[in-house]
Amino acid sequence: MSVLVIAEHDNATLKGATLNTVTAALACGSDVHLLVAGHNAGGAAQAAAQIAGVAKVLHAEAPGLEHGLAENVAAQVLAIAGNYSHILFPATASGKNIAPRVAAMLDVAQISDITKVVSPDTFERPIYAGNAIATVQSSDGVKLITVRTTGFDPAAATGGSAPIETTAATPDTGKSSFVGSEIAKSDRPELTAAKIIVSGGRALGSKEKFDEIITPLADKLGAALGASRAAVDAGYAPNDWQVGQTGKIVAPQLYVAVGISGAIQHLAGMKDSKVIVAINKDEEAPIFSVADYGLVADLFSAVPEMVQ
Amino acid sequence: PVKRVVDYNVKVRVKSDGTGVDIANVKMSMNPFDEIAIEEAVRLKEKGVASEVIAVSCGDAKCQETLRTAMAIGADRAILVETEAELQPLAVAKLLKALVDKEQPALVILGKQAIDDDANQTGQMLAALADLPQATFASKVEVSGDKVSVTREVDGGLETLSLSLPAVITTDLRLNEPRYVTLPNIMKAKKKALDTLKPEDLGVDVTPRLKTLKVSEPPKRGAGIKVPDVAALIDKLKNEAKVI
Repeated sequence: MSVLVIAEHDNATLKGATLNTVTAALACGSDVHLLVAGHNAGGAAQAAAQIAGVAKVLHAEAPGLEHGLAENVAAQVLAIAGNYSHILFPATASGKNIAPRVAAMLDVAQISDITKVVSPDTFERPIYAGNAIATVQSSDGVKLITVRTTGFDPAAATGGSAPIETTAATPDTGKSSFVGSEIAKSDRPELTAAKIIVSGGRALGSKEKFDEIITPLADKLGAALGASRAAVDAGYAPNDWQVGQTGKIVAPQLYVAVGISGAIQHLAGMKDSKVIVAINKDEEAPIFSVADYGLVADLFSAVPEMVQ
Repeated sequence: PVKRVVDYNVKVRVKSDGTGVDIANVKMSMNPFDEIAIEEAVRLKEKGVASEVIAVSCGDAKCQETLRTAMAIGADRAILVETEAELQPLAVAKLLKALVDKEQPALVILGKQAIDDDANQTGQMLAALADLPQATFASKVEVSGDKVSVTREVDGGLETLSLSLPAVITTDLRLNEPRYVTLPNIMKAKKKALDTLKPEDLGVDVTPRLKTLKVSEPPKRGAGIKVPDVAALIDKLKNEAKVI
């Protein structure tokens, strides 16, 4: 049986999370197919065909698939699900939205946020905000999985030459419609894909200080910006910067935590980073228990000094 | 729907035999996302949009406490689906589907995920089983006529969807700030109706589909060092860790 990956894309280009999901899929079986469901999504399908290891790209075209509405995409996946032993989605906002809908329609349990494929029916996944790792076995006929992208290396985006096959689009369910979106524009690397992340917490004190202190350091390092939940709730940073159990899960090469105490909720989102640096004036802060390098100092003087 | 979970401030410990986490004698509370769901439902009632708020929980008898909390926030009545069995999201979604058939709500509001199993599945599964539209990770909900407009938190920003009612919504953190329950409201909640059903009454098989083979501690990070000043930090990052 083959393995199906649901590609995440904006119709023109593929999202990076798709590449990590392909790596997880290849650990489940060698015949990996990618579904690109969208509208005017030829560009995304072409990109999908280039991914190393992909055997076939299925391309479904319909206006109802343009914005990734769960009702329509789930119906599309269900239409071809019978051919597959495993169906994988990236554990992004989009994948988490659609995958359980498919699972319920197939009457199978879903395995969320896997970090390791032990065998084709056994997987590891974190529970309790990453404070425990559960090894779970599925006896369902179809393994329906979402993949924590930081748990798997990305597959090479080039080198493949998979055939693109058009698959019939399912009709629009008409139960929901897309009204609009506000996507924050940024020249910075995407948070979940960045090699370096500079993250700020409540100790910054205001949005102005956040921008004044944290942004220059991130610019200097070519880093993405992150924030703790406390900083987001206080309005210092937009909510899609939030790193933690309920925000983004990241694992960069370098994570710099500035003025972040290190609540369990936050640690769950970043403790798989390669090197963690903590700058905090409270030497008892829990963040120091996971930091490779800790600097007990006032961030308002230490961070500008670092920038220089 | 509300779930009774280990309080979010508790740092859980993995049992040494690898069978699970130790939750004996640990403080339990309502899942934080579910508090937000109840709060939103009560606000819809206060605005005159909703006529009645029903709180539902599935699990052992102690979930009654969680339902009393929901009623203290403002839910009108509660239903407990009582079972000692381990409940996985698919089973809960089936139980909720049976209750949706019975009670015919116009809107079902759930938390986006429970902080114990971190599954983030139940709302979407319920929507699929009941063949209803869904809006997950909601940060704003506006009902007008037979439609609901929902702003959702997605990667990179926000998006707004319009759903026809009935519909299923799951809450994100920034949807609202749940109110504190007051003592008079806790007393009043004790007098509100709480019905108890069994999964068999709803004709639902709750047998777990996933088998947990073991639960282990996550890999520990090696103890780090404290550096005396910024110069030493930069030097370590350049020459020891080689990350900048």
